Amino acid sequence: MEYLLIFVAAIFVNNIVLSQFLGICPFLGVSKKIDTALGMGAAVTFVLVLATVVTYLLQKLLILWHVEFLQTILFILVIAALVQMIEIILKKISPSLYQALGVFLPLITTNCCILGVAIIVADPAQLMQKLPGEALQANLLTGTLYAFATAIGFALALVLFAGIREQLAMAKVPKAMEGTPIALLTAGLLAMAFMGFSGVVG
Amino acid sequence: MNNNLKTLTNGILRENPTFALVLGMCPTLATTTSAINGMSMGLATLFVLVCSNVVISLLKNLIPDKVRIPAFIVVIATFVTLVQLLMQAYLPGIYDVLGLFIPLIVVNCIVLGRAEAFAAKNSVGLSALDGIGMGLGFTLSLTVLGAIRELIGTGACFGLHIFPDNYGALVFVLAPGAFIALAYLMAIMNKVVKK
Repeated sequence: MEYLLIFVAAIFVNNIVLSQFLGICPFLGVSKKIDTALGMGAAVTFVLVLATVVTYLLQKLLILWHVEFLQTILFILVIAALVQMIEIILKKISPSLYQALGVFLPLITTNCCILGVAIIVADPAQLMQKLPGEALQANLLTGTLYAFATAIGFALALVLFAGIREQLAMAKVPKAMEGTPIALLTAGLLAMAFMGFSGVVG
Repeated sequence: MNNNLKTLTNGILRENPTFALVLGMCPTLATTTSAINGMSMGLATLFVLVCSNVVISLLKNLIPDKVRIPAFIVVIATFVTLVQLLMQAYLPGIYDVLGLFIPLIVVNCIVLGRAEAFAAKNSVGLSALDGIGMGLGFTLSLTVLGAIRELIGTGACFGLHIFPDNYGALVFVLAPGAFIALAYLMAIMNKVVKK
């Protein structure tokens, strides 16, 4: 039951984009069509879960060798390398999946939700804050579940937003509001709707 | 001299990172709950931007073209770690508020963007000026956005009470207000600048 609550908390209550402000760039950049939004969402889910597991284990090594200050440098390099590796492996193993995700993969390195979630999960105190209830412990399992749930939340926000923007493309918008401002305003209303979930999970 | 001045002022208005280039949206939205927070985030980014621009400009002939992006990222990450440790030691209060967004300066598109678009092609002096200009532009927009959100949300500006906070619309300090305030600010900038 607690594990299910992780999903509710990370997808709806503390949505990564709409209440934590991570991953805004792809949220605004690749949300003009539902198809591309789905592709980006899937690619982020894939990389986020893998990167979180790898960086969680590397953090143990950093602590073992007392070099915690290298965290930022190490994590960003690992994420960049991981993205490259996933790209190469996908190309060989599953060309069809590569076709679907390929364009989005290079963009993911600079998506701050990957590094952000990796840093949160690597620190037990920060991870505990994100987990609902007292019964759960900060370990690899809950960390991975949290990362997965967060990625689903990212994909959900992206697809919802893309759906609204597809409709919005046909609407008449004042000249000064065209482009980014109207997109931001839409995101603000979406964030307000998601605020309705606050307090659902203690 | 004229060229130097142009590079410096370029980032502040004409190519403002937030309003014209629309880069670095995550810290812009997340850390502007008050004017002071926005300004601190802007200054931290300014420091990283100037240092990484100077170092990358110095190293531009040594770095092979194929590995330039990872090399840039290592340089940037080094300075971000420096800022992180310095703030933790000397400004613990602000460090706690900004939290996660300090290490996330690494993936701020402005820093890597300026390294790739400017510092990798220009002299050290010009790159430093570009870093200062872009950093000031970023700091300025974050401070303005933070001041507006703080004023409407809590009735204060830089912590100075202007009207009682019961009349404040708290939603502007919360997530939706960030999006809405930035949307209108950007629309006003569009109207004024592009006339």
